[in-house]
Amino acid sequence: MSRFILRRLLGMVPFMALVSITCFGLIKLPPGDFATNYAASLAAGGETVSQATLLSMREQYGLDRPFLVQYWRWIDGVAHGNFGYSFQWQQPVSTLIWGRMGLTLLLSLAALLFTWAIAFPIGVYSAVHKYSVFDYVFTFLGMLGLAVPGFLLGLVLMYIGIAYFGEDLGGLFSHHYLNAPWSLGRVADLLRHIWVPMVILGTSGAASLIRVMRANLLDQLHQPYVETARAKGLSEFTLLLRYPIRIALNPFVSTLGWVLPNLVSGSVIISIVLNLQTAGPLLLQALLSQDQYLAGAFLLLLCLLTVIGTLVSDILLALLDPRIRMQ
Amino acid sequence: MSAAIATRPDARDPGAASQARLMWRRFCRHRLALLCLGVTLLLYALAAGAEFVAPSDPDATNARMVFHPPQVVHWLVSTPAGFAWRPFVYAEALKRDPVTLAPAYVVDPTRRVALGLFVHGTPYRLWGLLRSDIHLFGAVDPGAHVFLLGADRLGRDMLSRIVFGARVSLSVGLVGVLCSLVLGIVLGGISGYFGGQTDWLIQRVIEFILSLPTIPVWLALAAALPKTWSPITTYFMITLIISLVGWTQLARVIRGRFLVLRGETYITAAMLDGCSQARVIFRHMLPALTSHIIASITLAVPQMILAETALSFLGLGLQPPAISWGTLLEEAQNVNTLASAPWLLLPGVAVAIAVLALNFLGDGLRDAADPHA
Repeated sequence: MSRFILRRLLGMVPFMALVSITCFGLIKLPPGDFATNYAASLAAGGETVSQATLLSMREQYGLDRPFLVQYWRWIDGVAHGNFGYSFQWQQPVSTLIWGRMGLTLLLSLAALLFTWAIAFPIGVYSAVHKYSVFDYVFTFLGMLGLAVPGFLLGLVLMYIGIAYFGEDLGGLFSHHYLNAPWSLGRVADLLRHIWVPMVILGTSGAASLIRVMRANLLDQLHQPYVETARAKGLSEFTLLLRYPIRIALNPFVSTLGWVLPNLVSGSVIISIVLNLQTAGPLLLQALLSQDQYLAGAFLLLLCLLTVIGTLVSDILLALLDPRIRMQ
Repeated sequence: MSAAIATRPDARDPGAASQARLMWRRFCRHRLALLCLGVTLLLYALAAGAEFVAPSDPDATNARMVFHPPQVVHWLVSTPAGFAWRPFVYAEALKRDPVTLAPAYVVDPTRRVALGLFVHGTPYRLWGLLRSDIHLFGAVDPGAHVFLLGADRLGRDMLSRIVFGARVSLSVGLVGVLCSLVLGIVLGGISGYFGGQTDWLIQRVIEFILSLPTIPVWLALAAALPKTWSPITTYFMITLIISLVGWTQLARVIRGRFLVLRGETYITAAMLDGCSQARVIFRHMLPALTSHIIASITLAVPQMILAETALSFLGLGLQPPAISWGTLLEEAQNVNTLASAPWLLLPGVAVAIAVLALNFLGDGLRDAADPHA
């Protein structure tokens, strides 16, 4: 087992190198650089910048160096915990990102738990009561959950909140706690607000997981070993819980590899709609203003999060299923 | 017995039906999928004939009709002879509340706007060719305004905008799937057919792309598009960006099928007969895959539609003079605007209907293509 984990960890090294080059390439893709954008935004405000200032700016941030040199400077800094400097915020990137990444992780994990919490009982129910009224209802709701984009669901909830309850459902904290230091009150406030994005994010993931769970359990329900257990007089409930469900649970772990990236990815757009203090809104802003080090840090960390998700899922799967670790 | 052999094989005899006919028969048993096929075809027909279907010009602004609420259609008119079938809406006028001065639309029961089918309205050129001014439905008087689904912040008719938006949003799905399909078949096919190191390399590339978080990567790519590009160029670039991720799923499906097919005896027979690789692939393997490919691309189209909507919604996809469901929803971003004009969310309903119909259709096709899957 430890050899398996070690091999997977070693495999991650070239993988992460590739991911980091891709991320840096992505943020260098737009024509022009921060200096030209800076000049354009000043020009829009009626001010002008001299060529000399722009040149010195490029020099100071190394924007005139070749791609690989810039990349190397950047990744070398990242390895030492220095993510560079945000041009727009006039602050080191590392002071901006950690709080937001933490909340992104928290939101994604909460949404994951929510996904599991709904998908498990509904999936089991739908399989055991196949073609019953509720099976159809859940199937339809699941399809609807897949068809309605998360940001639309967010907008509808926001509208309902404003129109019928006179309350703004956006944000992760109420006004009072927005910039307050962490305290018990702030945690309670966070818990009061996090359910909206959690439900929105979890819905589409739950919809697909329900279908997987139902299909898997259906495959198991008529296997001879289930018949044997039933013949031995085990009660239906114990029987279900002890044998077929344990096998049908595999997809919960194996899908973690793509459920988590989806959640992280989905949280970006939902945070923008709901105006949450997570990575999404800041990433969008940074991309639009070509604040390259800030955008790069977010992209890299979001990718890292998904890679770790995949790794954890692989390891859990290997723990569950000996065939995988023997390969 | 000889009579049974002598008779021509009956068209209804399953033994004589072609694979396509068998598939169609299985598909027809899926009532919901059949219904969704109808809905999908209808949506694409509406999008194709947008100029004819939309009651008014989607870009015509009207300063006095800002945020006009949706109007209710009344179907019957009471005449001395009894009720007559004559649909109309009541005209509404913008008035200010005498106390709060808040603007509000007030129904004017004395003014009726008659509606009709095939009425004359704004002139247009269908697909840039056919010159006409006939619209499927609308106000009988060409000068009157009808807002069946309300108006936006510039007084533009939402219904017309949604119909025109369908043209872009639905076609993004098709064009995007076409791009993914080409990439998916070529790379997935190579991977599954040749196996070995090629397969290993392509699989690692696919895994790499799949492990990147989609939306941040899309955002980064879309943010790189220059704002000065023409709408058509932007449209194709956005489609390309979306299919950059989409092809991986298709490639996986196709590779899996190729791997299975490679072991089939009839493929071995074809190889032993000395068929060229191209002939084995195109004559013997691809036809067996067609049904799967059709089913998978049907399931990929809604994903593309959702992706375009999301990107345009964030302001990174198509830019506003272009109309798509995403750019329409962008107007609904502000919650306070939404509270006073909830009909701005209607393009979202259109998205949900299209995606739902395509999903059910794809499911039905998949079941029909492979009853054992």
